Amino acid sequence: MSFDLENLVSDLDIRGAVLYYKGNVDSDTITKALDLVERKLFATREAPRLRKKVYNVLVESLQNLYHHSDRVPRGYHSAKPDRFGLVVMEKLGRGYRITTCNFVDTVRVKELEEKLTRINRSTPEEIKEQYKDILNHQEITAKGLGGLGLLDIARKTGHRIDFRFKKYDNLNTAFRLSAVVAPV
Amino acid sequence: MEPIIIEGTPKTPSIKFDAREGVFEIKGRSIPENSVEFYKPLNEWLDQYMQGPLDKTVVNIRLEYFNTSSSKCILDVFKRLESIHRSKHDVEINWFYEEDDEDMLEAGEDYDSIIKVPFKMIEIVE
Repeated sequence: MSFDLENLVSDLDIRGAVLYYKGNVDSDTITKALDLVERKLFATREAPRLRKKVYNVLVESLQNLYHHSDRVPRGYHSAKPDRFGLVVMEKLGRGYRITTCNFVDTVRVKELEEKLTRINRSTPEEIKEQYKDILNHQEITAKGLGGLGLLDIARKTGHRIDFRFKKYDNLNTAFRLSAVVAPV
Repeated sequence: MEPIIIEGTPKTPSIKFDAREGVFEIKGRSIPENSVEFYKPLNEWLDQYMQGPLDKTVVNIRLEYFNTSSSKCILDVFKRLESIHRSKHDVEINWFYEEDDEDMLEAGEDYDSIIKVPFKMIEIVE
């Protein structure tokens, strides 16, 4: 069987997920996904604090897909949108797990892995200081990106970010990122 | 100088910057994919206001959510206000956050530690 991004989430409860989406991640898709999740969080009467944290982490996760997904490899299915990704949001005990998958250029893997490893080894205080340092000193790109997304997810969740890579071919690697938002 | 007034959308905040009153407000959600595009006119407007600010400028930030891309643009707004404050004009930033929203309070504290302008944290109790 040929590889599909879904293979990376075969251990997750996709059928019972609060949100599951695979396809082109454009601005409209993000708006619809956020609206759907917000309505579900209200319907299940989640505490405002948890609801806000989940929403914030979902915003950053979806916009990570939007801004940082690299091109889909040649030969991967028929559709080749520029911003192809997968997102699963599951209820996990009293909290939520948000998982995203996308393709990244294999040359970016080492840098991404080092960045995530550094975040996971940092204490909450260190993450806060790194965030402020980048906020204050790093130049903003034309799109308004400043490399704060992953730090923000780590800061808001207070948990280590789970990640894994699966090499697709020499040029392309599939990347999975999971963050758990637990009640405070 | 004409005020700048922008209606809010599900992803962008409502804006009301009035140079005659010296009261500026950013309210709602700031989660656009391209925040630079949204904040550019605001910062250009502020660049003009900085040429002749009122003796006192009050800035009310009432954000429900904002993404990391907006956080840099908001800092750019604050840096302009800091510059007005440095030129011996009163500037006060009121950072509103909802009860129990510690993340929003912390975000305000981050800015407070970076920007040298009087910052007031105001809890909204429902």
